[in-house]
Amino acid sequence: MNPSGISRRQQFEKHQRRRSTVIATVSTVGAIALLVLLVPMIPGWDRVRASFLDGNTFRETFPKLPGRFWYDIQIFLICTPCILALGLLIAFARNVRSPALYPLRLFATLYTDVMRGVPMILWITIIGFGVPGLIQNRTWGKAVVWAGVALVVAYSAYVAEVFRAGIESVHESQRAAARSLGLSSRQTMVHIVLPQAVRRVVPALMNDMVSLQKDVALVSIVGPIEVLRQAGIAKAKFYNFTPYIGAAILFLCVSIPLTRLTDHLLARERRRMQGTAVR
Amino acid sequence: MTDPKLRLHGVVKRFGTKLVLDHVDLDVSRGEVISLIGSSGSGKSTLLRCINLLEPTDDGVIELDGVDVAEPSLDADPIRRRIGMVFQSFNLFPHMTVLRNVTLGPRKVLGQSSREADTLARDLLGRIGLADKADEYPDRLSGGQQQRVAIVRALAMQPEIMLLDEITSALDPELVGEVLDLVRDLRTQGMTMLIATHEMEFAREISDRVCFLHAGRILEQGPPERLFTAPTEERTRAFLQRVLDLG
Repeated sequence: MNPSGISRRQQFEKHQRRRSTVIATVSTVGAIALLVLLVPMIPGWDRVRASFLDGNTFRETFPKLPGRFWYDIQIFLICTPCILALGLLIAFARNVRSPALYPLRLFATLYTDVMRGVPMILWITIIGFGVPGLIQNRTWGKAVVWAGVALVVAYSAYVAEVFRAGIESVHESQRAAARSLGLSSRQTMVHIVLPQAVRRVVPALMNDMVSLQKDVALVSIVGPIEVLRQAGIAKAKFYNFTPYIGAAILFLCVSIPLTRLTDHLLARERRRMQGTAVR
Repeated sequence: MTDPKLRLHGVVKRFGTKLVLDHVDLDVSRGEVISLIGSSGSGKSTLLRCINLLEPTDDGVIELDGVDVAEPSLDADPIRRRIGMVFQSFNLFPHMTVLRNVTLGPRKVLGQSSREADTLARDLLGRIGLADKADEYPDRLSGGQQQRVAIVRALAMQPEIMLLDEITSALDPELVGEVLDLVRDLRTQGMTMLIATHEMEFAREISDRVCFLHAGRILEQGPPERLFTAPTEERTRAFLQRVLDLG
């Protein structure tokens, strides 16, 4: 020990850390400077900038976008709980063992395969345009409602698979322990299997929610003036793609924090799993 | 002679085509402690799991107080709550505190109120010196502590029989003692127990009777003094030779 109270090893590592920070800072600043210098030298950059990054168009069109983006967020917020609930139900249906309920199990299996096997935009077209034509009602005949339904039915299939994987990941010995206490199979599912399964799949579910948050824009094809549609209108007016960049920025404002949060949860889950080894 | 607490007659269990339990007969009296010994794969664990109806038997009779509980059409849940089981790998519920682990069965199966169950559980945990761990999660406990909680969790259901499935096999040697001490206490209290174990010294000390299993059959049984010192079967002798040499 030297007088400052830190060991040789700590001193060495402190020095190393300081050195790494300096190197990382210098190289990052360098890389950015290089980009700023080089990108404008790309042939045709002026035209790219004029059509995608036009300041005037941005100032004119951007203020209208957040309000429209709120429309997307609302669809997202309404769809999410429906997707989670339906996904869980389908996961249960795929797990039923009773022979009387075999048709349910078969249907659930078919459902997840079919829903996941067709592009989202096709479901939104089929259901969002198709069903309102069958209904002569002001609320329930709205295309956007059925486009939302399309998001729910398709995403619930993905989410069901996530839940199912979570349920199957709970070790058989946990069920055995619960059953040996006299808990019924339903009680075992509710009190032992599901709580552990849900905890494990939260990061995977968050991943699906990040995708959903972006796929909400697909609803624009059936007509509502949400952010993508609004940006399209602005594009047509100004003959310029900058409004789309504005819309992209709004999506990023939501999806990047969500992605970071997901990564954080994943890392925590991984640490937790490694930390629970038998001591 | 009184009727046995538990009576197995001709119990058969197959995994696929493999015969795991081959016509097992066994009578267990009230308060009797029986150890099951034998090499891995001899059927000790499967026998315990079959008695607790965690594994369906293929044939034979399992009578609890004279009632055949192996009847396939029977609802197994009310039977299981009368039989306590402790597993090799503890199997505590990791998402619940120690207290909730212990009170889950009494609350959900026996219908006790939370307060009633909590009081009982804290009392039981206090008796094994783990009162201060009641609000911890299982992963904060040592293996020995976890296994003692698992035993208390089974005891909280006030079982008529306890089945202990190699409960010290996953423990570090220095933690085995505290768990075995708890089993000794249970014996003193008159608990009927079936113990699958690799701890020969312990089996010898605690058992009224020792059964040697080989290839799914009880090949030989008797009081520990006799079985450990003068086994009549060649296979028993060979097994004991092997494990006692190692130990």
